[in-house]
Amino acid sequence: MIETAAIEVLGKKDTRSGFGEGLLEIAKRNKDVVGLCADLTGSLKMNAFQNEFPERFFQVGIAEANMIGLAAGMTIGGKIPYAGTFANFATGRVYDQIRQSVAYSNKNVKICASHAGLTLGEDGATHQILEDIGLMKMLPNMTVIVPADFNQTKQATIAIADHDGPVYLRFGRPSVPIFVKPEAKFQIGKADKLIEGADVTIIACGHLVWKSVEAAQQLAENGISAEVINMHTIKPLDETAVLESVAKTKCVVTAEEHMKNGGLGDSVAQVLSLNNPVPQEYVAVNDTFGESGKPDELMGKYGIDTHNIVEAAKKVIQRK
Amino acid sequence: METQELEKIASQVRRDIVRMVAAVSSGHPGGSLGCTDFLTTLYFDIMKHNPGQFDMDGMGEDLFFLSNGHISPVWYSVLARSGYFPVDELATFRKISSRLQGHPATDKKLPGIRMASGSLGQGLSVALGAAQTKKLNDDDCIVYSLHGDGELQEGQIWEAAMYAAAHKVDNIIATVDYNGRQIDGDVDDVISLGNLKLKWQAFGWDVLEMNGHDIDEIKSVMADAKSKVGNGVPIIILMKTEMGQGVDYMMGTHKWHGVAPNDEQLTDALNQLEETLGDY
Repeated sequence: MIETAAIEVLGKKDTRSGFGEGLLEIAKRNKDVVGLCADLTGSLKMNAFQNEFPERFFQVGIAEANMIGLAAGMTIGGKIPYAGTFANFATGRVYDQIRQSVAYSNKNVKICASHAGLTLGEDGATHQILEDIGLMKMLPNMTVIVPADFNQTKQATIAIADHDGPVYLRFGRPSVPIFVKPEAKFQIGKADKLIEGADVTIIACGHLVWKSVEAAQQLAENGISAEVINMHTIKPLDETAVLESVAKTKCVVTAEEHMKNGGLGDSVAQVLSLNNPVPQEYVAVNDTFGESGKPDELMGKYGIDTHNIVEAAKKVIQRK
Repeated sequence: METQELEKIASQVRRDIVRMVAAVSSGHPGGSLGCTDFLTTLYFDIMKHNPGQFDMDGMGEDLFFLSNGHISPVWYSVLARSGYFPVDELATFRKISSRLQGHPATDKKLPGIRMASGSLGQGLSVALGAAQTKKLNDDDCIVYSLHGDGELQEGQIWEAAMYAAAHKVDNIIATVDYNGRQIDGDVDDVISLGNLKLKWQAFGWDVLEMNGHDIDEIKSVMADAKSKVGNGVPIIILMKTEMGQGVDYMMGTHKWHGVAPNDEQLTDALNQLEETLGDY
């Protein structure tokens, strides 16, 4: 059996609450931070910010297109708008508004998207966007961040205020293990290596990072040494982290709560194909919409659970 | 500025417009000619702004947002003639590597432009956001915006309209280029706007009306609008214009919305427009 460095679980919480705490904290430090929300203040955990800074909070109602335009306009004069709603309504519904008024105009807007992916659960496919990473990463000027747990979401929420430019920050609804240290410093574009390994590299983002840690532990029990990288920034991608790891392991599994098309896996595949083509397996949703169900049931049914990562790792090692 | 002076500038701006679009056989002369008197008066007589030292944040300045970005020729001409960038640069309109993109953009850093526009319906939200930032910054300057009437068919306009009244954004003066025409024909035939004045009033706006080709009236209505700033109600002006104003064969039709004149037509147009400040 291979020993994996123990990763301490510090608790369990939803990543959206990390956003809410991070927003309050950065707003206390930076008077230019303003918040906008499209009738989902409670769901986005923006209440504490709203209560503390009512003059800097803007309720826009169920009008996401207007919210994006307002946020873009608010940057003129130095404000740093955090515009929050569900990921589906923060991206697909307002793609053209983001494209023209935020990305093309290169405005300092932070698009804060909760309830991303299947783990939104029972509301079903109308709300479970699995295309948003692809939509956002294709836009020039856009930074795309998918933090892994409560602490990291909080840290990322604070960090993006210092990045001058559009950011897409994606987080979620379910309560998941916390393992990023509360004192950790979030660095945009710098991946976190969580576990050292030699046989296979697992690169994950968001809720799939902890699943990857679990997978690495199961693989270790089978004598397979897996390296786990938390790729919290999809764009700009930490290409060095990818290439250094595969130089050692010679194969990759990517894992994400997103479509195979256009997500983290495709970003990694591009880096590999241009620099060091090695076998890759995707753990992602395969060109289908989701459905109603509990988050764990959905992750199992749609093939993005721990055992899927384990199987993908075994398969990709065979392909070396 | 004296009305006669403004009329002279407007005549030159109209020459610039037809020459710019003719040079590249593309662009939107109709709406540009229709909004020339308004934008000339706005930039040369009404707005507090600093053309020599463009600053994106525009603190302590009035701001203008062009929501109907396809009428970029009139905006570019007015910006250049006001001193934002060299008049000669108008010759680069729509050409490769130009700062004067077909629709206004910020990425090439053309002074005077703070937001890309062209995809319609977005500019009112942007202007409202900028207006709210002015309030947060205790900056008592005004935000102006211009919209096409056909553009009002976009749903986002009405999201923004609702928001402005609910949030009492009273430091904005929006203007609608109410020429009644759009690419496919008369607005009434494409999708009628119904009673536009009542619509805006129902959305909680203070609605003014003016003739967009009478510079004295533009001055007085804009002064009236400015006097209403701070009343807790957003302000909009329905500005009656004629698409193609100043070039006889472009008036009375929607056909010159997005079509450039050929050489012969250009000569005809220029014969109708006095060269007052010198062509670029």
